[in-house]
Amino acid sequence: MSAAESPIDVHSAAAEQAHEIAVARKDILRIATAGSVDDGKSTLIGRLLYDSKAVFEDQYAAIERASRGDYVDLALLTDGLRAEREQGITIDVAYRYFTTPRRTFILADTPGHVQYTRNMVTGASTADLAIVLVDARKGMVEQSRRHAFLASLLRVPHLVVAVNKMDLVDWSEEVFEGIRDEFAAFATKLEVPDLTVVPISALQGDNVVTRSVNMPWYEGTSLLHHLEHVHVASDRNLVDARFPVQYVIRPQSDAFHDYRGYAGRVGAGVLRPGDEVQVLPSGLTTTIAAIDGPDGPLDAAFPPMSVTVRLADDLDVSRGDMICRPHNAPQVTQDLDAMVCWMADAPLVPRMRLAVKHTTRSVRAVVKDVQYRLDVNSLHRDSDADSLGLNDIGRVRLRTTQPLFVDDYHRNRVTGRFILIDEATNATVGAGMLTPAG
Amino acid sequence: MTTPDHRLTQLQTLEAESVHVLREVAAESERPVLLFSGGKDSIVMLELARKAFAPGRIPFPVMHVDTGLNFPEVLEFRDKRVAELGVELVVASVPDAIAAGTVRQEPNGSRNRIQTPVLLDAVEQHGFTALFGGARRDEDKARAKERVFSFRDEFGQWDPKNQRPELWDLYNGRTHLGESIRVFPLSNWTELDIWGYIAQEEIAIPQLYLAQERDVVDRAGMLYAVNQFITPRDGEQVLHESVRYRTVGDANLTAAVRSTATTVEEVIAEIAVTRLTERGATRGDDKVSDAAMEDRKKEGYF
Repeated sequence: MSAAESPIDVHSAAAEQAHEIAVARKDILRIATAGSVDDGKSTLIGRLLYDSKAVFEDQYAAIERASRGDYVDLALLTDGLRAEREQGITIDVAYRYFTTPRRTFILADTPGHVQYTRNMVTGASTADLAIVLVDARKGMVEQSRRHAFLASLLRVPHLVVAVNKMDLVDWSEEVFEGIRDEFAAFATKLEVPDLTVVPISALQGDNVVTRSVNMPWYEGTSLLHHLEHVHVASDRNLVDARFPVQYVIRPQSDAFHDYRGYAGRVGAGVLRPGDEVQVLPSGLTTTIAAIDGPDGPLDAAFPPMSVTVRLADDLDVSRGDMICRPHNAPQVTQDLDAMVCWMADAPLVPRMRLAVKHTTRSVRAVVKDVQYRLDVNSLHRDSDADSLGLNDIGRVRLRTTQPLFVDDYHRNRVTGRFILIDEATNATVGAGMLTPAG
Repeated sequence: MTTPDHRLTQLQTLEAESVHVLREVAAESERPVLLFSGGKDSIVMLELARKAFAPGRIPFPVMHVDTGLNFPEVLEFRDKRVAELGVELVVASVPDAIAAGTVRQEPNGSRNRIQTPVLLDAVEQHGFTALFGGARRDEDKARAKERVFSFRDEFGQWDPKNQRPELWDLYNGRTHLGESIRVFPLSNWTELDIWGYIAQEEIAIPQLYLAQERDVVDRAGMLYAVNQFITPRDGEQVLHESVRYRTVGDANLTAAVRSTATTVEEVIAEIAVTRLTERGATRGDDKVSDAAMEDRKKEGYF
């Protein structure tokens, strides 16, 4: 008898257990870690994976064989590429998965060195929470500031500063408080919505999964406990309905002769059948006739669901169009003011022509102006700058060939972001976050 | 299905992400194809593709790189599923390539490596610009590093030190003539998620995945079922064991694990307590070196 022929018997113990383990879990928390091997970042991740039992015996045996020192190097769990293992550094993002009874975690382990900033931005762009590692002996350094800044630039909603190697400063409360206060002062300049600082020892496991007995003065929770309980459901924008049309479904079959559905991912807001909606760029209004989800009709669709919307009227709607509410529409514009993280060797300069991908819409653009380059360590704005080099971040003005339907990145991460593509090489060369003009 | 607080289960979130990826490629890529082997991951991927374009048909063909060493049950399953969905099946045949003299199998009988040139020839012949693969990042250290959209040059090669930045869910699938993109819609799924989804959606899978009494031989701690591809060697004892497969690769190199799980739910219960990765437990072809997968991917493997 195959699985398909044996419907799930909810009363059997095995089925109940299976449902509990693999089906019923709620919430995925996406984490990005930043820091270098020196900060103990890979050791911390290895510790989280190992202590939460996400490391398998054969993986452990493999790193045991590969460890060069006296102890099993948990850092080897995360550095997967040959070059990374040879050089002892993290070059590109590695994704790790672990689960506790409360949550599923997707952890993007990103490099700390400035020359791999673009890879760190890749990992942080999808994160709900960023962990910045600080060495307790060194306190805040240039790199910690840069990591915190990048997390805030990308609007990662939750920031955790893990003050590591507390064992090497005799578990000192004074050392910890000094770093915490210094970080809090820096964070006020960054608009960090939620900051938590935890003293840990990744090597010994203190405050990683369980509370440390060596730091009785610390009244907070362990890092893992925080990751399990941090509130993320309200991080989404559920107010401003934004539905970028991704794909038009027209079966042209006898059974679905007149079916015309607009497939896409809800960018923001909640859509319901019966809602009055406006379609951009035409500006025409209609109502939502039905919303089809993966398992049939839905009463409501919200981020990050992928659905198919059917409209009451037969309008001309195609990929790249945007469905929104009539009195709450994004800005329709060809002028983009944005913070851009530049990711190519050849610099971004005025008059440069690039392709822009924004939601499901692709257009061309010309760089009008580089307004300033930001020193990510001091946050100083260099207004004399007229170009952005590899890994530079600055404020740029672009003019697009066709209008885009945009919101400020602060208000809406989905309609406030775009990527830049070099049409000669097809490489992704920049990430943009829209900011209010001015 | 949805709760009043507008939250999704982790399976609904993963499903939404995968559907988004499938639609994005269908919208932007000239000629995509979905790699379908009849294994559990590609079965889930094909089911997600069905949902992504329902009530329409899947708007691209599926392709199987047939090594000639498949479990017969899996091929039967493949053909049945393809017929049900009404999608076109392209078969790239390794035995044909061996007969034509373009590839040669390794002395140990492994055809894992020579799948790659056969795959690349088929891609070129059919002009495929994007290839969906069912690989997951939790499978292997090299896979853990790969983007959802993985750019490959005209030789199908992956350059791990020079990957395109991948921001948010704004994927860049652009290629020049001859180049292609490998797309992994299941990147963020774990083995347990795949099984949870199979249970939740009641998806049919080949019988091999469930425990059955089989004649097996023990080779270096791995249990290989005696079949048309595996015959007991001199001095090997044939054991009668209840086993199931965690992965289905080539029948001459894929081992089974001891199991009494005869339902998907029992498989999930077993996986939840297992202490070996699925590839480590069952794939002779991954045991070559610590960087075996990275090396194969650089050559154009999935």
